[in-house]
Amino acid sequence: MLRYSLKRLASAVPTLFLLITVAFFLIRIAPGGPFDSERALPAEIEANLAAKYHLDEPLVMQYGRYIWQIVRLDFGPSFHYLDWTVNDLIIQGAPVSFTLGILALIMALVVGIPIGVWAAWRQNRPSDYTVMGVAMIGISIPNFVLAPLLILLFAITLGWLPAGGWEYSFSRMVLPVITLALPMIAYVARITRGSMIEVLHSSFIRTARAKGLPEKEVLINHALKPALLPVISYLGPAAAAILTGSVVVERIFTIPGIGSYFVQGALNRDYTLVMGVVILYGILIIVFNFLVDLLYAWLDPRIRYDDLESES
Amino acid sequence: MYYHGCRHLVQSDVQGFSKQSDGVPSDPRSARAMKVWAIMVLAMLLAACQPHDEVDEPSKPRLPVPVNVEFDPEGRPLPEVLASEQTLHRGNGEEPQTLDPHLAEGVPTANILRDLFEGLTTTAPDGRIVPGAAIHWDISRDGLTYTFYLDPAGTWSNGEPVTADDFVWSWRRVVDPNTAAAYGRMLAPVVNAEQIFSGELPPEELGVTALNESTFQVRLDDPTPYFLGLLTHPTTYPVHRESFETHGSAHVRPGNLISNGAYVLTDWQVRSRIELARNLHFRDADNVIIERVIYYPFEDENTEFNRFRAGDLQWTYQVPSSQFRWLERNLDEALMVAPWFGTYFFSFNLTREPFRDNLELRRALNLAIDREIITERVSQFGEIPTFNLIPPGLPDYEPPKPEYAEWTQEEREEEARRLYRQAGYSESDPLTVELRYNTSENHRKIAVAVAAMWKQTLGVRTRLVNEEFRVFLQNRAQRRVTQVFRAGWIGDYQDAFTFLELFHSGHGRNDAGYNNPRYDRLLEQIASERIPALRRNLMREAERMLLADQVILPTFIYVSKRLVDPRLQGWEENIMDYHLTRYMYLVRERGVEPEERTDEVDDEGGETGDGRRETDEQAGLRPINAFPVVFRLPSSVSPAIRRIATPC
Repeated sequence: MLRYSLKRLASAVPTLFLLITVAFFLIRIAPGGPFDSERALPAEIEANLAAKYHLDEPLVMQYGRYIWQIVRLDFGPSFHYLDWTVNDLIIQGAPVSFTLGILALIMALVVGIPIGVWAAWRQNRPSDYTVMGVAMIGISIPNFVLAPLLILLFAITLGWLPAGGWEYSFSRMVLPVITLALPMIAYVARITRGSMIEVLHSSFIRTARAKGLPEKEVLINHALKPALLPVISYLGPAAAAILTGSVVVERIFTIPGIGSYFVQGALNRDYTLVMGVVILYGILIIVFNFLVDLLYAWLDPRIRYDDLESES
Repeated sequence: MYYHGCRHLVQSDVQGFSKQSDGVPSDPRSARAMKVWAIMVLAMLLAACQPHDEVDEPSKPRLPVPVNVEFDPEGRPLPEVLASEQTLHRGNGEEPQTLDPHLAEGVPTANILRDLFEGLTTTAPDGRIVPGAAIHWDISRDGLTYTFYLDPAGTWSNGEPVTADDFVWSWRRVVDPNTAAAYGRMLAPVVNAEQIFSGELPPEELGVTALNESTFQVRLDDPTPYFLGLLTHPTTYPVHRESFETHGSAHVRPGNLISNGAYVLTDWQVRSRIELARNLHFRDADNVIIERVIYYPFEDENTEFNRFRAGDLQWTYQVPSSQFRWLERNLDEALMVAPWFGTYFFSFNLTREPFRDNLELRRALNLAIDREIITERVSQFGEIPTFNLIPPGLPDYEPPKPEYAEWTQEEREEEARRLYRQAGYSESDPLTVELRYNTSENHRKIAVAVAAMWKQTLGVRTRLVNEEFRVFLQNRAQRRVTQVFRAGWIGDYQDAFTFLELFHSGHGRNDAGYNNPRYDRLLEQIASERIPALRRNLMREAERMLLADQVILPTFIYVSKRLVDPRLQGWEENIMDYHLTRYMYLVRERGVEPEERTDEVDDEGGETGDGRRETDEQAGLRPINAFPVVFRLPSSVSPAIRRIATPC
């Protein structure tokens, strides 16, 4: 297992390097620069700004400089938020996005998996169709529709919850977490149901039932574990996405997470900030995919990575 | 505008999984179940429509009704009318790029900086220029030397006195090319500033001197009648030298920032809130009533609107542009709309076909637009239709109206068709033109209307192109692909020159490519003219030339529009849209029966109520007669617009 982990880690480095390279050159292809504005700057000032941020150097030089910075874990100054470095902005924003993301993930699992199991158990009965129909609606309603509706209902009409804004308090987090979690609950429920049905038809479940085990035990102890495999593989990239925030949710609830930086950073041509969040997202994807593979091995005894390696 | 930015990479996986189990059931029992399921889903969809109806027709929101404000003999509101908690929550557009006044740009940042800092002059609630850090000043007979006498009570937020040396050091910093100040050109009229920008002279050569501890002298190259107005701009504010030298670029963080304005920075959560508290060392601290101001950044106008409706904000930065009818019906008492010092126009690229050397065509397109329809049906917020570049409302400048401004729209369209034919186009051989704008729902609607009017009146075929803002700016500046493009300008200082200078052949934002030596010469004459009346005539001459050459297609005068809690008082509308928190205060909410407010609302003339006039004098503000900015509504404005433009 250790050898496998090390190998995965080693392969992550070139992946990240490739990601950085592509992102670095892609963002520079976009027309316009970080210091363009409707009010034209005098040429001398523009030259000084360019020099200050090394934008006057050849692109390859800038690339080299950037890689060297990254190696020292310094993402550089933000080109748009002049008083802050990219590190400052990520350190301020990431905990917010992580908190919301983790809560939404937990909610998605706690609600989604039982719904899926139940629907599978009641396969093709009205209750199954109802639950899955609701799940389908959950997937189809985009969050930019859901969020304003939630605000209208709970904040403006009923006045139970704040309409937005951020602090680490239950009342401020409820609506954004629900908005983030609802589509995930629906996905998780559908995936769980699908794989659960498949597992329930397999021979080892028939064996378990033949042994006379109570249905509850069959479902929870025997069927659930293998049925979770597809959920886990969905959760890897989904967790990385949800932890890096959501542009829509941040915009509508005025939450200072890092999701907006993906879009605002690109629109502002804030090269370093976009690079910073892209790298963070890349790292999270790699980490979560790795965790998914480890969980696979733990959930399904048939998967053993080190054995596979020695065989090949 | 929302982004469809959710990064769900896994959709296809999910479908792959669900397919296995979602086969159509074949036995009749399942078929019945299917029917039940379908009905339930339908019912649920109907239920889901319920809140949707509320989006269109929510019940009228209830606004707090303030008590009548009474004032003491000095013009201060009596303590018993004031709300017990004086905390102001202000919505404020996008997150500031920086709070360093010398590097800052953008309206939201300037709003905060006007609370934190104070320049040599400042503005009264109605926008007049009044003494700020300088208590009075002398202007030499030739208009080239300004001597400012600093207020002896002026102190930094750490208790140190604000000295003339602070200004000398700060202004040198602004013009130092290494500072790369975004608005450094504000100080261009000062002796040697141009040479310092271009690196020919060191910053120490700037024409500013500290005659003594509290006397600051500025020498100008040309008499600049709007110079006192420039001094309200954040670029001219003093920065605390020691704090900058200790903390470097972190000198504007909470805890480090030392400022000389009515408020100090206490907290800054990026993209969440910027919190200021009353500066006890401020020279006029006794008259500042609001204890705390919290500025909230908003990326989305609808979000800000929701927060206002939920009662979280007392002041918004803007309002949802598509909601005018609803706001007018339901939040009339909170909706504040006032003409602004800015113009929305389209510009022709004069360096390319089809507009190069084709004055008739440009004039035809200009006359074919019905501006009233655009402002009343499209933009809807009481924007003022215009044929001029420079907005009305400046005290010493009346924009010259072209003769066709007095014609009826039919006459204009008749003339447009004549010019169009003269330019060599006809129904059978129509002009095909491209109209370019930056991506925004509002710009799109206006561009569609303009294209439709051209089509209807002249038969012009218009291709609409929208581009992301920075791409758009670059294309405009390069002049290689543009034909007609959207533009707009909000004046930087209270003088017509801020608009006229845009079309100097050497100006960096002259995206039309206007190159008229006579116009350039006029601008140079304006810059050096010392007699106000002559200068005014030269400026009118320049604007007339610009309109006669039809460089642009003026459309309307912008309005500032926001929602304000009726309990927030002490502020007034002004064309620069400057609203300093130090003049404001929150009054108590009236207990029960809301009373008629007719006596105030019916005041049609754009004048302010008596109470407000008193609050002006409250802070001991001395109006400077040489530079009064009194907002006057142009006579062309319809009564409906007048009504909403009148502060209630």
